[in-house]
Amino acid sequence: MKIVVDTTPLSPWEALAEYEREVVAPAHPGRYGAAATFVGTMRDFNEGDAVQGMFLEHYPGMTEKQLGLIADEAFGQWSLLDGLLLHRVGELKPSEPIVVVAVWSAHRKDAFEACRFIMEALKSRAPFWKREELHSGSRWVEKNSEGY
Amino acid sequence: MTVKVKFFASLKEQMGCDGATVEIGEVATAADIWLQASGGKALPPNVLVAVNMEYTDQNHAVKSGDEVAFFPPVTGG
Repeated sequence: MKIVVDTTPLSPWEALAEYEREVVAPAHPGRYGAAATFVGTMRDFNEGDAVQGMFLEHYPGMTEKQLGLIADEAFGQWSLLDGLLLHRVGELKPSEPIVVVAVWSAHRKDAFEACRFIMEALKSRAPFWKREELHSGSRWVEKNSEGY
Repeated sequence: MTVKVKFFASLKEQMGCDGATVEIGEVATAADIWLQASGGKALPPNVLVAVNMEYTDQNHAVKSGDEVAFFPPVTGG
């Protein structure tokens, strides 16, 4: 599973198509029957306030380590062929993608469940922090919204 | 022993720095490291603790050369 944490803006659909074409298809020709994806995008509102921008801080090293552990757990729990996890850090504007999670498997059950697991585990365990820019100044997001 | 301390996000702002190098006796927990690095402040109840980039708790025994991080609940994704 490829994991990238970077300040470079994401192009989720291009990245997914390229990864499937260049990595998944050559390694597993004819073997994958399911790909499940999640794309998280920055909203321009949160908790009733207009949000103009966001800064995403992370803990370099620990972020990659925790994401790797999450990927290992997913591959141990479900039958997966490959995966892709991309996460932005740094300055973002509304409508920009923040996160991409994708997994490929033979059957949809594994793909759906593993994709959901990876995303929820990322939300609760990967050391990222969001600071929102509002008209009135900036504030740190104190907790994530409920995933289930 | 010498321990490297890191703070992140809102905690970094509250502490006024992104970390410190702490000199402390040979037997110390993450909570002891916090007390020394923070100048005796109480550890806020929602703060998460990581030693060498793995989650643990404040009672974790720290070794020389460890990296001890304190940070608020994570909000990525």
